[in-house]
Amino acid sequence: MAEVSISKLHKSYGTVDVLKDINLTVEDGSFVVLVGPSGCGKSTLLRSVAGLEPISSGSIAIGGRNVSDLAPAQREIAMVFQSYALYPHMNVENNMAFGLKFAGTPKDEIAQRVGEAARILQLEPLLKRKPKELSGGQRQRVAIGRAIVRKPKVFLFDEPLSNLDAALRINTRVEIAKLHKLLKATIIYVTHDQVEAMTLADKIVVMNQGRIEQAGRPLDLYYRPANLFVAGFIGSPAMNTVRATVSEDGKGLAAAGAKLALPHRIAAGPVKLGFRPEHCRIGKGGIPATVELIERLGETGYVHCRTADGTALLVEVKGDPALEQGSAVSVLPATDHMHLFDSAGNRIAAP
Amino acid sequence: MRKPASAIIVHGILALYTCLALFPIILVIMNSFKAKRAIFNTPLQPPMPWNFDAIGYAKVFGDSAIATYYLNSITVTVGTIFLTLLLGAMAAWALTEYRFRWNTALAIFLSIGIMVPIRLGSVSIISLVSDLNLINTLTALILVYVAQNLPLAIFILSEFIQQIPKDLREAGRCDGLSEYHIFFYIILPLLRPAMATVAVFTMIPVWNDLWFPLLLAPTGGKQTITLGVQQFLGQYITDWNAVLAALSTAIVPVLVLYVIFSRQLIRGLTSGAVK
Repeated sequence: MAEVSISKLHKSYGTVDVLKDINLTVEDGSFVVLVGPSGCGKSTLLRSVAGLEPISSGSIAIGGRNVSDLAPAQREIAMVFQSYALYPHMNVENNMAFGLKFAGTPKDEIAQRVGEAARILQLEPLLKRKPKELSGGQRQRVAIGRAIVRKPKVFLFDEPLSNLDAALRINTRVEIAKLHKLLKATIIYVTHDQVEAMTLADKIVVMNQGRIEQAGRPLDLYYRPANLFVAGFIGSPAMNTVRATVSEDGKGLAAAGAKLALPHRIAAGPVKLGFRPEHCRIGKGGIPATVELIERLGETGYVHCRTADGTALLVEVKGDPALEQGSAVSVLPATDHMHLFDSAGNRIAAP
Repeated sequence: MRKPASAIIVHGILALYTCLALFPIILVIMNSFKAKRAIFNTPLQPPMPWNFDAIGYAKVFGDSAIATYYLNSITVTVGTIFLTLLLGAMAAWALTEYRFRWNTALAIFLSIGIMVPIRLGSVSIISLVSDLNLINTLTALILVYVAQNLPLAIFILSEFIQQIPKDLREAGRCDGLSEYHIFFYIILPLLRPAMATVAVFTMIPVWNDLWFPLLLAPTGGKQTITLGVQQFLGQYITDWNAVLAALSTAIVPVLVLYVIFSRQLIRGLTSGAVK
């Protein structure tokens, strides 16, 4: 296993920059998840690490060795594709052994490695089947098995769960997490699903428009998003944001007709206030709004409100709130969980 | 499910067409087993005990030259199929997978070959073959037929290669395969149905061709069977028994090849590759 370090990586297709100044270190044995909306460059970054996409400038090192100009095979990586990409004309056993045969691995070692992977992934009864005779989940496991047998330094996963149905996705997610513990592998994993990112990652890298917006531990991203994009992307449902003004003395905040106390002093001026639906409540002295819709999920519920200036707010409530559509409420953010962003969208740090 | 009425009409038309296509073949086979007099007097009558005569087959199998002609035809056809498929698949792979200078120009150049009939170039082909000292060789025929069939083969195979998921090639690259290995161990096996199609398209015109054997290999024991049969057709006398028997037996090898390839045609090999 090995550390992956990417520095000053640029990639462009003609005049379009798809990756801009990417600097990222994936520590040995850690599980790093790249997330972001479609087209943010996360898959391109993964494929660049794999060597399937040439890079325009910068460098990629795996285990201290610069691999920027090496072919995928020489990088000691293994990739699990979204479509699984199993060789359709070979059975499960040959699919897993195929790469090893060409690498000149001795026959008994191939058999031993394939056997071990099959045992870990519970593929033993399926070894003689062709991919078309397998279910989606089984194909997924074969694809992972094919990666394991090569004993790569780094595993690369490209949205491996997006073709599975919901129940299987949760199962496989748990399997992948266990596998990571078992193999102590360095993993880079691409997904657009933030639940996958939060549950699997040691470190999440949030990408947007070819840039890294923030990289950090899942809960750091949740509690201390570096900017409005990360704040909106991490956490489900998304964070509420309202325009606000910090008062002259820097202690208070005027937001959509409400006066709120700040947890700490900051410079006066216009800001954006962010707070999560789970970190606010319907109370007195908050932001006045009108209820538009109430979603009752049982244990919790979501109240969709709108302020006088048209900003949508979402409040998580316990049980069955005594509210109805059209009633006037006041939304009170928890002071400890208020996030403030400057006009450029960057987080205003506590002093 | 289609309505029964329209299904009957469709099957009726197909059955009619089948009869129409099979009629001359059946006529040839039927008459090849009849005495000469019966061929002319009652051409539509099936062979019966009183008009049965296998003299045509006796002549064909008794003539040692005919066996050579068969072998020549089989050599030329199999050789052409092999080279067309190998070169066609490699060229199609290169043109679809790799981006290089002149890629599009080359593809257009090759597709022009589909439109221009090769027989227009017969005269220059003869002089070229003669300059190369290849007159009366099977090599000349194979080379010309490969050239004739390659453009369409590349065109069809390119279409199929584009349907092979890109992820498979990339999985191969991650698995450490060289580009040749990817082509021979991943792409070629998946192309089998397409190659069977191309093989069938290629095989039948080559087997039936009379033009180039007549021009390029007319003598010296290098005649193909279609040309070889001509020895029974004379200006004043035609040995119809032998001609019909030779034609009937000439169907067999091409039919065997067709059966081999058509088994591949049906298989959908890429199913199960992705998703």
